[in-house]
Amino acid sequence: MSGEAKLDILTRINRAQARQQEPFARVPVRPSARPRGEVVEQFAEYAAEYRANVVRVPAAQLAGAVRDRLALLGSGRVAIPGDLPAGWLPPEWPFTPDEPGVTDLTAVQSVVTGCAVAIAETGTVVLDHGAGQGRRALTLVPDHHICVVWEAQVVDSVPEAVAHLRESVVRGQPLTWISGPSATSDIELSRVEGVHGPRVLDLLLVREA
Amino acid sequence: MSAGGIKPARTFQQAAKVTLANPQMRRNLRHATTVIREKRERAVAELLDWEALRDEGAAVKDHVMARLSEYLLDLESAVKARGGHVHWARDAAEARGIVAGIAEGHGAREVIKVKSISTDEIELNAALSERGIHAIETDLAELIVQLAEDRPSHILVPAIHRNRAEIRDLFRRKLGAELLTDEPKALAEAARLYLREKFLTTKVAVSGANFAVAESGTVCVVESEGNGRMCVTMPDVLISVMGIEKVVPTWQDLAVFMRLLPRSSTAERMNPYTSFWSGVTPGDGPQEFHLVLLDNGRTDVLADEVGRQTLRCIRCSACLNVCPVYERAGGHAYGSVYPGPIGAILTPQLLHLEDKNANTLPWASSLCGACYDACPVKINIPEVLLYLRGKITEEKPLSVEAVAFKTAAWVMSEPHRFEGAIRLARTGQGPLVRNGAIHALPGMLGGWTDTRDLPAFPPQTFREWWRKRPAPQVRGDDGNAQTSEGEPVAPERTDDRGPV
Ligand code: SF4
Repeated sequence: MSGEAKLDILTRINRAQARQQEPFARVPVRPSARPRGEVVEQFAEYAAEYRANVVRVPAAQLAGAVRDRLALLGSGRVAIPGDLPAGWLPPEWPFTPDEPGVTDLTAVQSVVTGCAVAIAETGTVVLDHGAGQGRRALTLVPDHHICVVWEAQVVDSVPEAVAHLRESVVRGQPLTWISGPSATSDIELSRVEGVHGPRVLDLLLVREA
Repeated sequence: MSAGGIKPARTFQQAAKVTLANPQMRRNLRHATTVIREKRERAVAELLDWEALRDEGAAVKDHVMARLSEYLLDLESAVKARGGHVHWARDAAEARGIVAGIAEGHGAREVIKVKSISTDEIELNAALSERGIHAIETDLAELIVQLAEDRPSHILVPAIHRNRAEIRDLFRRKLGAELLTDEPKALAEAARLYLREKFLTTKVAVSGANFAVAESGTVCVVESEGNGRMCVTMPDVLISVMGIEKVVPTWQDLAVFMRLLPRSSTAERMNPYTSFWSGVTPGDGPQEFHLVLLDNGRTDVLADEVGRQTLRCIRCSACLNVCPVYERAGGHAYGSVYPGPIGAILTPQLLHLEDKNANTLPWASSLCGACYDACPVKINIPEVLLYLRGKITEEKPLSVEAVAFKTAAWVMSEPHRFEGAIRLARTGQGPLVRNGAIHALPGMLGGWTDTRDLPAFPPQTFREWWRKRPAPQVRGDDGNAQTSEGEPVAPERTDDRGPV
């Protein structure tokens, strides 16, 4: 029975621990001292090395860039989180706001979302599935993910990003860290994009006015 | 047969005889480990504070080990507060029973699984199958291994011993896939089609966990393909099995491990996907979540002063990729789901040094120390190997091995004795050397040269050279360290790590 097992395990642990505790101090998160431009540049470069398509756009041209990417892939059915800012999207294009339990994600070709934070050190975007990011399945099942990253969202290091995400985690939100599209190297170590996740990841890196 | 278990069916020496006779496997492995090793060097060099980071990783883990019960209780209450269930399992059988019970409770005939060594450790698939539940592995390599009724040979790339032609034949036979080519792309597509339907229709999923955060109840799965995301997102019920040592105190602590793990493991700056979840999230993902906390010998490892550091392991597989013994013998020779240097110390300890086959594993090492240098959490694997050898031989009084070990320990414990022994060996080796190598050692040392040649002892040892070397001059004109002859003492670095 589980209660008994718990007691047993805890007893064994406590018996094993009759000893001095190591002093332990965490290294504080050091904020980046690098110029912003450099940090953003590195994010773009590293994300592209992971075969994400990085498109840099001024804020005024974001909707146009979304249209270009969708047109390029010939995506007919495009889903978005219900609360995605309308200004990000080309007005003439048909978008389906995602409704959990209703939307058939297997029939969706592309999806457009925002993100919570992006990391220069690794070329990673992080979704905390808060505003403008939708539920987890939305960016998983369709084959093409367009992710909007504002330059202000790019941080330099992993510890900075983790500190930034603390509130979401404490609130209980799930997180998805994405570095390039889905990939495998399981067959003779040759890299193949897309086994189960989206095969195409577009990052629209937006310069604020 | 499902992949799994930690009880070797044979001694390492017996198993290695078989694997050493498989040249295909050796070639594949050598290629894989060489590629990953070189890439890893570059990935690690990018982080300026790598050594400090390793210390931090080790310190967090040691701190956890010192207060393990406290953090496990915190984790339990955080997961429960978020609507999850927590189960405690003393051993493999108990863990299997818990998982099977939950699956049965939902009437599941099939469950989907994301690659997890802890579920292999408890031989979950076989147990489920006894109860009529089929576990489908969704990681591409694990699927290959499962379809081939084989065992994984590497923690990270479990099917590295199979080539593309074998995989194509397998998919034709088992998945009925009409494959025209053996291109990895085509093979991956066949797997995608087969598994996608499973992801969308299966109600119960099983995963492992790379880390779990005590303060927030957040569980984490690190992966590349998206099968992990699928398993932790699409089904109604999610069951995660984790070793009790995987808990970390705070969310911020994950910053350390999310830097150490991918670079040590796949030699990437970051793996493509990492999923974090805390209990259940209304309207998003599984609405029923179970966390199984597994002991299965870990508390005994914890109780051992020297062996305890083994529990720092984050299963990155860096030690496998640098190990000369692993590279030749291959993962299967270790007879356990934990292969390579980490397996050589973890497996016998999990079995309380009672399994006579597992007890041969601490000898599956040349003690070259490469594993210790590579380990991101600084587990002193050679130290634990020697320690375990000592403990195991103590129980076999006066065997040849014991005598040899005790002599070696006595010789190695004092530098002058060690040097003396080498000098002795040099004088004595004359008749044995052919083409600069020793091909067969006499007497009880013969076992060593059965499967390998030994390089002849050099005319001068490093220590002797060091004592007699010309006095170095610290800096040359160009600022590089130089010897008095003007030769650089180390090859010039191309990275920006600065002086080492
Ligand atoms: S022992 Fe160290 S190097 Fe080996 S798998 Fe564990 S963490 Fe990685």
